[in-house]
Amino acid sequence: MALKVLLPVALRHLTGNQDEVDLNGKDVGEVINGLVNRFPELKTHLFNENGQIRNFVNIYLNDEDVRYLDNDQTSVKEGDIISIVPSIAGGNIETINDSYANMELSKNEIERYSRHLIMPEVGMEGQKRLKATKMLLIGTGGLGAPLGLYLAAAGVGKLGLVDFDVVDFSNLQRQIIHSTADVGRPKLESAQEKILAINPNVKVETYDVALRSDNALDIIEDYDVVIDGTDNFPTRYLVNDACVLLDKPNVYGSIFRFEGQASVFYAKEGPCYRCLYPEPPPPGLVPSCAEGGVLGILPGIIGLIQATEAIKLALGKGQSLVGRLVLYDALAMKFRELKLRKNPECLVCGDNPTVTELIDYEQFCGVTPELESNVNLSEDSGEITPVELKSALDEGEKLTILDVREPHEYEISSLPNSILIPLGQLPSRMNELNRQDNIVVHCKMGGRSAKAVELMKQAGFNQVKNLTGGINRWGEEIDPSLPRY
Amino acid sequence: MVIKLRSEHLLEIEDHGKQTYPKECCGLLLGRISNDEKVVIQILRAENAREEGQQHNRFLISPRTMFDSQKIARTNKMDVLGFYHSHPDVEACPSQFDLDHAWPFYAYVILSVKKGKTKKMTCWKLSKDRSIFDFEEIIRV
Repeated sequence: MALKVLLPVALRHLTGNQDEVDLNGKDVGEVINGLVNRFPELKTHLFNENGQIRNFVNIYLNDEDVRYLDNDQTSVKEGDIISIVPSIAGGNIETINDSYANMELSKNEIERYSRHLIMPEVGMEGQKRLKATKMLLIGTGGLGAPLGLYLAAAGVGKLGLVDFDVVDFSNLQRQIIHSTADVGRPKLESAQEKILAINPNVKVETYDVALRSDNALDIIEDYDVVIDGTDNFPTRYLVNDACVLLDKPNVYGSIFRFEGQASVFYAKEGPCYRCLYPEPPPPGLVPSCAEGGVLGILPGIIGLIQATEAIKLALGKGQSLVGRLVLYDALAMKFRELKLRKNPECLVCGDNPTVTELIDYEQFCGVTPELESNVNLSEDSGEITPVELKSALDEGEKLTILDVREPHEYEISSLPNSILIPLGQLPSRMNELNRQDNIVVHCKMGGRSAKAVELMKQAGFNQVKNLTGGINRWGEEIDPSLPRY
Repeated sequence: MVIKLRSEHLLEIEDHGKQTYPKECCGLLLGRISNDEKVVIQILRAENAREEGQQHNRFLISPRTMFDSQKIARTNKMDVLGFYHSHPDVEACPSQFDLDHAWPFYAYVILSVKKGKTKKMTCWKLSKDRSIFDFEEIIRV
């Protein structure tokens, strides 16, 4: 069938200035393909990467939008006219703190923030916006530390801090808001103190709890921006879902060894965390900082990227990371960017959400919380405590001790007479061990060794036990001379 | 490229922005291209097709409106040269959202309306690689 395709003026420069093109085809799909074959530059404007017609491109057959007919299978007849019609959309980024107009800056504050005020992009209005903004920091650890310090310095009006942890010696390598004198203190106390020392104008509110499904909505509701500085997947998903339900921007950052990621998840404007990662990784696959390690300076950069995005949201300026994922490789000193798209089928923020309440995130992530047990562990529970192991060794029991950590960990500290087979090599090297022997498997904290025990049981090793708490607990309970790391 | 608008066009756009405040107004610019300049001959008001609750910071000109406007333009030997919309209480600068949804060639006129009073009017065109908006000069004739 011979027919005409009418093009909007916006695309004519790609068709040699023709606004009418004669083409043949038996249905709309065939005609459009013919058009794109003749003028290949039209492709990126008409189709997205998945080969589908872009949202804002509409195709009309005579007087009807083909979406109400048969889409690309709508059949055409001689003399029909197909029109390509743009939808035109736009608008502004919503600012999150419209109450800024009522804010006042004291003479003191004006002097303090002078380096902000003299920049036209900030000015008095911008600084008032910062003062009118309430930001919630989830976690005052690696990421929360630089966030707290810099956001306080910038003059954010209110900072909420959520953390139930206590400062540990090993935190000091990167959690710069805490000092040596703070070891043993609750992180909230230490963080609040440093924040107020930098800027007493900041209102600090502390939440000495673990964020959970039964308290998250209440806590987050009062804030304008949520900044995720957590270190575990259940909390990440919890924060994401709560922010989607409450319509709050979620400034995301994560770190691992030498790499970091950052983005802003704001369901109203773009994708949420679940659009990117609909399902959590199997438990134990992605090690925590304690297990995998992290370059101490890394959370500094990522935390500051998060702080930058939070400040930009407060000021309503600049191009945010909504819909963009920044990937940082410290060793290569390279930044990469991936475009993120909202998933229309996302269970939380999509067109037909099925998650309309907060769920059990530990279950979702496959993490079963440690159960308190008053019962003595029986012989066939597959586990052995350090105390039990010590007495077994003292009584001369024949045991093989298998260490499944990495060689560089083994160098830091190891149990006497232990054999090292890193977990990754275990499946291929299991046969170096004797199935008849009584074997106790350990790692640093008990996670990897639990996996190892499972693998070995499946391979026919019936006398394997996991050392609960790993070499860490051995160090605490049996041999304090062992360096903990 | 440059865009030429008559005084009455500028007043029409400002009136529309004031009337819809605090919601975003939107409309089409019809005219002809002559000597590499966009010359606007007629302004068509459009209904903001976004849902009520979103109209304070979002606008949408539906494909039906666009189709009908293109027909009107064609019958009068004109083209749709671009669009105008307002930014209530914010600067007349294109946002990331504007950038993500822009088409090449068209002139995007933005009017800032703060607290019911019209402020600056600017005009923008999508760059060739879609990375940014280029400033287009508005010439009053």
